[in-house]
Amino acid sequence: MTSGYAIVAVLVVALGTILVGTYGLRVSRTTSDFYVASRTVSPWWNASAIGGEYLSAASFVGIAGLIFAYGPDMLWFPVGYTAGYLVLLTMVAAPLRRSGAYTLPDFAEARFRSRGVRAVASILALAIGWLYLLPQLEGAGLTLNTVTGAPDWVGALIVTVVVTANVMSGGMRSITFVQAFQYWFKLTAITVPIVFLIAVWQVHGADSLTTPEYPAFRQDTEVTFPHDTMIHAEEPLYIKGIGEIDGKYVNTVGHGLTAGYHRIGQGSEFVFPKGGAVPHVSTMAHNTNASWALPESSGQQFPLYGVYSLIIATFLGTMGLPHVIVRFYTNPNGTAARRTTLIVLGLLTVFYWMPPMYGALGRLYTPELLMTGQTDAVVLVLPTRMIDGIGGQLLGALVAGGAFAAFLSTSSGLVVSLAGVLSQDVLRLGGVRGFRISAMLAGIVPLAMTFVATGMPVADMVGLAFAVAASSLCPLLMLGIWSTRITKVGAIAGMLAGGVPALTAGLVTMLTDTGNAWYEVLLSRPAAWTVPLGFTVMYVVSLLTQRHVPPGVQQTMVKLHAPENLGLDGSGSSSADERS
Amino acid sequence: MTTPPPPKGPEPKPTQRVVVTSPRTRAPRARRPYSGTREINEQSELGAVYMRTLIRAQRRLGLSVCLVAGGALGLLPLLFSIEPELGKSRILGLGLPWFLLCVVTFPMLLLAGWFYVRQAERSEREFAELVERP
Repeated sequence: MTSGYAIVAVLVVALGTILVGTYGLRVSRTTSDFYVASRTVSPWWNASAIGGEYLSAASFVGIAGLIFAYGPDMLWFPVGYTAGYLVLLTMVAAPLRRSGAYTLPDFAEARFRSRGVRAVASILALAIGWLYLLPQLEGAGLTLNTVTGAPDWVGALIVTVVVTANVMSGGMRSITFVQAFQYWFKLTAITVPIVFLIAVWQVHGADSLTTPEYPAFRQDTEVTFPHDTMIHAEEPLYIKGIGEIDGKYVNTVGHGLTAGYHRIGQGSEFVFPKGGAVPHVSTMAHNTNASWALPESSGQQFPLYGVYSLIIATFLGTMGLPHVIVRFYTNPNGTAARRTTLIVLGLLTVFYWMPPMYGALGRLYTPELLMTGQTDAVVLVLPTRMIDGIGGQLLGALVAGGAFAAFLSTSSGLVVSLAGVLSQDVLRLGGVRGFRISAMLAGIVPLAMTFVATGMPVADMVGLAFAVAASSLCPLLMLGIWSTRITKVGAIAGMLAGGVPALTAGLVTMLTDTGNAWYEVLLSRPAAWTVPLGFTVMYVVSLLTQRHVPPGVQQTMVKLHAPENLGLDGSGSSSADERS
Repeated sequence: MTTPPPPKGPEPKPTQRVVVTSPRTRAPRARRPYSGTREINEQSELGAVYMRTLIRAQRRLGLSVCLVAGGALGLLPLLFSIEPELGKSRILGLGLPWFLLCVVTFPMLLLAGWFYVRQAERSEREFAELVERP
């Protein structure tokens, strides 16, 4: 798996990102350049940049890994990530651009004329951003670990340093170029290999992906266990190698592994025989390839609740992500914001056709990942596994580079937007210097968090960030834009009522082991109860406090909804509070 | 109009009748002296009605597109849960859930988005025509 080409690819991507960033440094000089690329970005550039920023570790490696492990229920991740843009397009895109807000706290203040609402929105945006950065860094660690064997923290550190340095030097303008480039690079990096992989699969005889047998080793496979792992063997296996099984040290020529649960010690290395049924991590369901391909095969408790909660979180959470919102400001007007979003929908559609294929092929070619639990690595391992020699190595390098691009671009976008929030609302440092200090802080906090988080699949962690966004900032945007009755008190109450439980549930799942408790799914997929809670509290409290409707709400509505070119007071790009 | 036609040049017709009027200054003004833009800027009742109409139309459009797309997708898990046999049926060599979620969904979302953009821009154009009418 360790490959020189892959290391080169990762280095090239990192260096390329820095170079484009430095090029940006020469053209970005004013504060406005730093924040919003001076609003000179065309819809295609902008849409590519949004796509590049949005397709994160979760999309590039995480989705394939989850589908590989848990089956078609996980298809709701790509569907939800895309549908989130439809909701964003129909409910938020144009009014948000017309509000003239650069960050979500800006929107909160413009709509409610209240520092209080702004402060709460800032804290939530920071929490969501950091929660979202964490899996990017974990994914980077995993990628570097897979292609070079380096410890997990190395990848996280590299991403943090590259991104923070880049953002500090170039700001948003260079980031727009970097991001747009990253989309097309990521699309290439995931599409080209899968074309070859499918061709190889066809040449091998196009084995059915849904046979009623357990996944089996295609050849004698040497497996290293990086952590203590509880596995379940579906049938007895005769394995060779050195390591620890059920607390006993084994170094004999061969060892019979009985069917059932076994604990394999950290650092064990065993060779599993060709044709043997692959054991799987104890947390996965006992699925044959046929039962894996059916709905509700994930083995979760309350699968229907889990799916609906995921749907709610991803459909509604997209609009609340801090790095997504910023991009709308770089559109010249509301109409362009809509068209940009539509292009983004198209770009995402093309990309999300790929990861499920990796996940499905993984069942045939890299089933041992089911046993080590490193399911997120399936995209990275498949090319070298399926194609021998230099071809496989090069394709593997391409995928590794693409994955690294995914971590870099999403992290860049997040660090830019978090730095914006930090410099304006928390540190209160203006100008380019304040932005740079904030960017540093925005990168360091999640790096520190990676040391305390437990290894959870990256797409699941991203799902939690979506859940918090959907329960707090989504009600603020949806109700704030479409209802004149929302009050300051209602807005704050609603954001807290939805956001605090969702955030708490997310942190509890990430930092503790809730095991198989019945309430586990309520915590790991909180959106189905926290989103309605946020919306209801915001609306009801607003109705109860109608005396506190913010002043001038009618004018705000004109600004949000009327086309810019009609000469209406407050609307259009010439309005006074637009950042100059 | 209120001004008489200018007398025509060389060939006067003695029988022509000329109506002499002056601009009406004291009569109540006509109902729509302002453009809608001004009504909105001065925050009159009428301006508020204009804005409410636009916002309602856009909200209805946005919500309908979301509900149709989201509702169609949202039914799938329930359907597969109630009728597990559906999950086993196959289309074009793919299991039905895979076919629907991987192949069908994405173009449908794109189509919904395209429809929304078209309609939203149309209703904004209509709004612009309405308020800019003198």
